[in-house]
Amino acid sequence: MATFEEGVSPEQTVGPGGEILDNPRRRDYLTYAAASVAAVGAGVVVLPLVNSMNPSADVLALSTTEVNLAAIEPGQAIKASFRKQPLFVRNLTPKEMAEADAVPVSSLRDPQTLEQRTAEGHKNWLITLGVCTHLGCVPLGAGEGENRGPFGGYFCPCHGSAYDTAGRIRQGPAPKNLEVPKYNFTSDTVVVVG
Amino acid sequence: MSFPWARHYEPKNPVMKWVDERLPLPRFVYNAIGAGYPVPRNLNYFWNFGILAGLSLVIQIVTGIVLAMHFHSSAAGAFDSVNGTIMRDVNAGWFLRFAHANGASMFFVVVYIHIFRGLHYGSYKAPREMVWLLGVVIFLLMMATAFMGYVLPWGQMSFWGAQVITGFFSAIPVVGDWIRIWLLGGYAPDDATLNRFFSLHYLLPFVIAGVIILHIWALHIPGSNNPTGVEVKGEQDTVPFHPYYTAKDGFGVGIFLILFSTLIFFYPDYLGHPDNYIPANPLSTPAHIVPEWYFWPFYAILRAFTADFILPAKLWGVLAMFGSILLLFFLPWLDRSPVRSANYRPMYRVAFWVLVADVLILGWCGGSPAEPLYVIISQIAAAYYFAHFLIIVPIISRIETPRPLPNSITEAVLGDEGGSRITATAATA
Repeated sequence: MATFEEGVSPEQTVGPGGEILDNPRRRDYLTYAAASVAAVGAGVVVLPLVNSMNPSADVLALSTTEVNLAAIEPGQAIKASFRKQPLFVRNLTPKEMAEADAVPVSSLRDPQTLEQRTAEGHKNWLITLGVCTHLGCVPLGAGEGENRGPFGGYFCPCHGSAYDTAGRIRQGPAPKNLEVPKYNFTSDTVVVVG
Repeated sequence: MSFPWARHYEPKNPVMKWVDERLPLPRFVYNAIGAGYPVPRNLNYFWNFGILAGLSLVIQIVTGIVLAMHFHSSAAGAFDSVNGTIMRDVNAGWFLRFAHANGASMFFVVVYIHIFRGLHYGSYKAPREMVWLLGVVIFLLMMATAFMGYVLPWGQMSFWGAQVITGFFSAIPVVGDWIRIWLLGGYAPDDATLNRFFSLHYLLPFVIAGVIILHIWALHIPGSNNPTGVEVKGEQDTVPFHPYYTAKDGFGVGIFLILFSTLIFFYPDYLGHPDNYIPANPLSTPAHIVPEWYFWPFYAILRAFTADFILPAKLWGVLAMFGSILLLFFLPWLDRSPVRSANYRPMYRVAFWVLVADVLILGWCGGSPAEPLYVIISQIAAAYYFAHFLIIVPIISRIETPRPLPNSITEAVLGDEGGSRITATAATA
């Protein structure tokens, strides 16, 4: 190996025959390699910090909710809680279902039919989150005597978004229909949400 | 300090001399806010507001540290610890709490005046762009800190404010919902949200303090602007910061504290919202969600977008709201006029006052319910806000004929009298 005494500067390397080569790239390689390892290391360390801010296991453990439908009469709705968010469960009357079906789907802001928004064979059960898709307020209409808005579904008092009897956005600033969570009917009167 | 006539620190006390030789902190203070900092001699009372903003931050940090000793950061305990323990049981807790809550309002009052001072006298222009940019960073940090602090008492407005503000992020296409859940640490504001907001609310004021040091450091390179906007030409244009401006600022601090005390002791809830005395209820939204008054102009811009145009209206609202602040970063390059002070810019002066009125109108709309009339007014006012910075100011800076500038600060202050006196002295000499 060449030494300083033989006149090899840090910018140079010694070839196989003992000749001195100007080859700064070899040192660049070491610099880039070291910096890359450090950057990957820093990225790996940031990962658990960022991930720790995601919902924790105890929050996720609350992610299913069982609702008993037996006591909900047609035309009535209840508010339940799903993942700490309000959940609207509504038993639609035949008239309300007919109103929802009568709307041409292509005219909607977020086109969906009532069938797509309810479970097969349970078209009368409209199960949605009670979270306005505008900025997250709880719309009115699930409680007894609350304002159901101009389309007979739900009405958000914050910025005036109005939803129809299928929970679809019809008027106001909200961009989407009320979200339908995943759910399963475990019997005719019990539904498990989540 | 850059001016060659700045006084040099010469410690007389041997202890200070000993410290200064080993760690030049006394020298640093002397050059920053002591006699070693020459300041234009003609500053008016609008130049008090930087010091007042610094004082507000100190008040917030001191009261906040003590309040944190009594606060329970949990969804079950936060409301009671604030409205029960701190307000009723902790000795002088009511005073600390009202001082902290109203201190936030005073901080924003002072900072808004400070910002508009900068806009009127062209303090954002070369060579002070960096001072302005750092100021906008401080403003953004203040907004984040204030928002998170307002969530901590976990009343109805706290909760629904957190819901609405984090809801902005769900407007981001594709990853929006994931970001919102990540910010909240759940699907709705809850323990995880409250705790991380408390942690960050405690951290950010110290970050603000750090950026303030950079803000002052950047300011002290060219030195302070002044009401004429004319650069300092020589020693006769300046006076030492101490005792001249320490005294003037001291007077301003007195007025500030009188107004602050009036709020705390006579109108402690005037700027608050009664709904925040109702504990947070995730299943019931207040009929009218409003942020604190200092966010009203931005809230009005957010709500001004009601129609989808390529992007959803909600995303436009969010982009416009953030854009209205980020726009300020570009102001030094949007206004190309070489004249700083609006006193010598007849057209800009009018545009400045129209902007002040426009922001007040936006604030009024933002605090009102989202009814059609207010929405239409906020749409016009929001459009004007953007037009001011993007169209009106650049055009004015090209077509305006400024009034003649004084030759120096001294001439502007003393006029002919000063001129003649100087000439007379020179003649005698």
